[in-house]
Amino acid sequence: MPRLSREARHPVTIILNGKRASGYAEPRLLLVDFLRREIGATGSHVGCEHGVCGACTVRVDGKAVRSCLMYAVQADGRRVDTVEGLGDDSSDLTALQSAFRREHALQCGYCTPGVLMSISDFLERNPKPTETEIREMLSGHICRCTGYAGMVRAVLDVVSNGGAAESPKSE
Amino acid sequence: MTQGHPQSEKFVGQPVERLEDAALLMGRGRYADDLPIRVGTLHGAILRSPHAHAEIVSIDTSEAEARPGVVAVLTGDEIKELTDPFIMVLKLPLQHWSLAVERVRFVGESVVLVVAEDRYQAEDALEYIKVEYKPLPVAVDPRDAAKEDAPLIHPAAGTNVVSVRNFNYGEPDKAFAEADHTVELTIEFPRNSQTPMEGYVVVADYLPGNNTYDVLANFQGPYTVHPVMARSLRVSGSALRIRTPQDSGGGFGVKQAIFPYVTLMSTASKIVGRPVKWVEDRLEHLSAAVAAPNRVIHLEAAVTKDGKVTAFRFDQLDDYGAYLRAPMPGPLYRPHGCLTGPYFIPNLSVTNRLVLTNKTPSGMVRGFGCPQMYFAIERVMQCIAVELDLDPLDVISRNLIPAGSFPYRSAAGAIYDSGDYPKALEIAVEEGDLKELKERRDKARAEGRLYGIGYCAVIEPGQSNMGYLSTILTAEERRKNPKGGSVSQVTVNVEPLGGVSVTADCMPQGQGQGTALAQIVADELGLKPDQIRVNLEHDTQKDAWSIASGNYSSRFVSSTAIAAHRAAQKVRAKLATIAAQSLNVSEEKVSFGGGQIFATENPDNAIKFHRAAGAAHWHPGSLPTELEAGVREIGVWAPPELDSPSDSDRINTSLTYGFKIDYCGIEIDPDTAEVRIDKYVTMHDTGKMINPLLVRGQIEGSFGWGVGIALYEEFVYAEDGSFLSGTFADYLCPTACEVPKPVILHMETPSPFTPLGAKGIGEGNCMTVPVCVANAVSDALDVRDVRVPLTPARVSAMIHGEEAAPPAGRAAPAAKAEGAGRALAGEGTTLVPAAPEEVWKTLLDAEKLAAVIPGCHRLDVVGDNDYRAEVTLGVGPVKGRFQASVRLAELDAPRSATLSGGLDGPLGSSRGSGRVRLEARDGGTEVSYTYTVEVTGKVAAVGGRMLDGATRMLVRQFFERLAAQVGGPPVHESWWTRLLRALGIGQ
Ligand code: FES
Ligand code: FES
Repeated sequence: MPRLSREARHPVTIILNGKRASGYAEPRLLLVDFLRREIGATGSHVGCEHGVCGACTVRVDGKAVRSCLMYAVQADGRRVDTVEGLGDDSSDLTALQSAFRREHALQCGYCTPGVLMSISDFLERNPKPTETEIREMLSGHICRCTGYAGMVRAVLDVVSNGGAAESPKSE
Repeated sequence: MTQGHPQSEKFVGQPVERLEDAALLMGRGRYADDLPIRVGTLHGAILRSPHAHAEIVSIDTSEAEARPGVVAVLTGDEIKELTDPFIMVLKLPLQHWSLAVERVRFVGESVVLVVAEDRYQAEDALEYIKVEYKPLPVAVDPRDAAKEDAPLIHPAAGTNVVSVRNFNYGEPDKAFAEADHTVELTIEFPRNSQTPMEGYVVVADYLPGNNTYDVLANFQGPYTVHPVMARSLRVSGSALRIRTPQDSGGGFGVKQAIFPYVTLMSTASKIVGRPVKWVEDRLEHLSAAVAAPNRVIHLEAAVTKDGKVTAFRFDQLDDYGAYLRAPMPGPLYRPHGCLTGPYFIPNLSVTNRLVLTNKTPSGMVRGFGCPQMYFAIERVMQCIAVELDLDPLDVISRNLIPAGSFPYRSAAGAIYDSGDYPKALEIAVEEGDLKELKERRDKARAEGRLYGIGYCAVIEPGQSNMGYLSTILTAEERRKNPKGGSVSQVTVNVEPLGGVSVTADCMPQGQGQGTALAQIVADELGLKPDQIRVNLEHDTQKDAWSIASGNYSSRFVSSTAIAAHRAAQKVRAKLATIAAQSLNVSEEKVSFGGGQIFATENPDNAIKFHRAAGAAHWHPGSLPTELEAGVREIGVWAPPELDSPSDSDRINTSLTYGFKIDYCGIEIDPDTAEVRIDKYVTMHDTGKMINPLLVRGQIEGSFGWGVGIALYEEFVYAEDGSFLSGTFADYLCPTACEVPKPVILHMETPSPFTPLGAKGIGEGNCMTVPVCVANAVSDALDVRDVRVPLTPARVSAMIHGEEAAPPAGRAAPAAKAEGAGRALAGEGTTLVPAAPEEVWKTLLDAEKLAAVIPGCHRLDVVGDNDYRAEVTLGVGPVKGRFQASVRLAELDAPRSATLSGGLDGPLGSSRGSGRVRLEARDGGTEVSYTYTVEVTGKVAAVGGRMLDGATRMLVRQFFERLAAQVGGPPVHESWWTRLLRALGIGQ
């Protein structure tokens, strides 16, 4: 990795939900701040900025990561998928998103984007999880509104209907 | 137009999926921090107090002002000059400003605001502000603070106990004198908060043209606070425009306490002439936003021999922290009418005391005073069962208000609207299968496992009477300015093409109220919910509002929802008149359904909804003469049952009163002392449900928070007032693994006081779960003194007695020094290849000392062996600049000396001292040292788990650098060695 100077703003280009997106970032700018303020992709949220709550979860090269624990310059040239990229262009909801609505798995919706990104990654790797496994995966997220019951129902619903969450369209 | 029978489908009462969800699920929510801001908007960052109580001796902002991007720096001086202190509920000589003036009273209090081009620059500049504090004695525990000789939080008040009120209803003394038994218990309820995932956001823009402040804030009401903000800014209400965004990332009452920041950012905007934006971070939120008041309750019950309670006597001490912010002390008085719970108890005596302490000011948090109260009541009900050897559920059931007594006036004046509590209990027992749970317990116990069952029954109040707080005044004081009632307003608008839009005086933070309003309006107008556009962005200059507006006290279903119903009825009446004219029938014979308005007796005789609406816009001349043009109606609702307190202090504190009865089985792991909720049954009578899906969401959500209160969540303060819960790794919120699935049961007894029959439902389970679980733990361990959160440490102490102190070892946490925050101690030795005399010289040489102190970039001599230094140090992920003082004393050349000093910076403060000994050995010197250090402020709040290792590393660095300085092996440490050291691996 090239040496970056501290004060300078460096050009950063990512493949955001399948499309190129560019902006500038000081080396210390967090990926989540870059997405929200430079690119205007405000779907990813900040709940703690210390890696505990999961609200900022996005997928970098397919893997769910906390975008508050990563610098924007580290994402340069990589694929970043966020909640805005779920579903297709006609803005239909994925099976997972619909299950969230049906099962009332969200209230304020602030934790939801991060939760959806984690589940998408998880279900690709583990399409038939048990309820315990689902709860363990969800335990990487803090939701203050729902008590998690709806989320668990929604994921179980998706799993039992075989309709695993579609992966982001940038595949 | 013949479309067959336009059957009107009804949506109220149906589990309609939320209209809010699609946008939120696609990441297209519009939260406050997502909205565009004006070009040139500046960003604020706040320097906060590291001390729980201190005088501000001086603030030097000159260096910060010169930092890149900094536009302005504000201190209490500017705030005192440009604003007025916030008005309070009680007229007391307590001054509260948006920045500390002269004195700080809790860790985290705002002291300086830096305004810069971006947030990163504003935060950078905080490090260059020098604040000199003179620490003062602290009062942290409410009982200590209430003592006569306690340090005064506000000396002008002359006491920390700023309000005392006694109430008597019925004949409590007589009841106690005649009682067969008196059962009493003292409970302590902790500080906590539901901590919404989104923090506060304020964007303030001062408009000089008309001396107006235009503010976007994720405020949630109540709008009783609007005059508080306007008065502090010295403007009329109409000159403070508050706009709230469409989406808010959780509220739970907490977003009421954003108001000091509205004043602060508004003032900053006026000073800099540009908009100022501030987004709260998690540490700021946990340490300084708000906490539910911790409460100490001594409750006595007068009981007959068969377990009937004839009187309660409450003695309550409620802790409001450092300031009494409006609408405090709401949590003590909101449940006043419900002090006898769901029970038929005619005699009641109450003493309420408010105490101030050096902690974060208390405020609105879901449950709003009820979890505390029910913890006392329902613990006592269980103690009655234990003491009288009765079944706990029998004690509850014998005391319930009998069916058929409604509306029922409680001892303190609440008018319980409706219910059938014995029936609810019966359903809960049957459908929740209590029998099976008891068998489970018996089996577990037979196997020697620790298993218990807990019960509780509560009344959930909904929609507060705006007059309840005046109960704190005497009847005479109240007469001058009587208060009572609750106003809500909704506007329904039909545009020329028949589109329907709704605006309202609520600011939901996830409750799905937009969907509920759409259901209500759709039913009246014969449309579908997704045909109704509900826009709940609120604007105080354009939308209807009143002081009661907002989202709190579970008011929606009996307030705003009713106003919507009324507005829709008005629209319907108007359109019915218009349609009747063209259908040629009388307006009473007109029905709405399927997007049409039709003759009830001949549905084929119909006109499309949009045509009728259009007539009022396109051709007003054609309207019946009594009708106004256009279709825009405001529904207003102010229930008459909410009267001001009577002369005998009886007050109907809320409009609706739901009933909950819960029971649970828990098991305690004897090894880990972990409490596992095995089964939880919760029965709700919340009147008519407008949308069962949303009701379930409220129950599941408040249940999750109830589990947090019961088992995990507490804001912890050290004895010196240091705040120790500054991250989500310290303040533990339950996750999906910790929150079990409750069994939810329902019955519906409609409320007669609200046209839709619904009762507030937002808070019930955070009132029941803590005490229900506590009762179960009490049952499992046969203990009486049960405190939440029931953490493994606490439960272990209940099983095995208090934990023994850890064996003394290297750098083990020291026994707490007097008033210690995070107190740390340690010792070590280093070998230096130089004679003791040389080492000694280095220690006394300012220039060399500067090279020895880790992170030192400047050292000034201020006296004999007395230095001031500037250093940069880090603990884990946090790194910052500090002002250091270093003093050498008790000099015994060249053998020993005492090194003492302190660090002060935006990250916190620390004080410490150590003894250094030099001993000649093998041609060199063995340097040995012992030290104790206390740390407060941000570092203590967020770095607790890392402090010990970090301190050890810093001290060792000091002596290694000393060795290098006197010619020993230079310390070439790789980053890898440093990392291992930081982690405490490798010596
Ligand atoms: S904001 Fe990244 S984990 Fe909380
Ligand atoms: S839905 Fe509000 S935090 Fe999860």
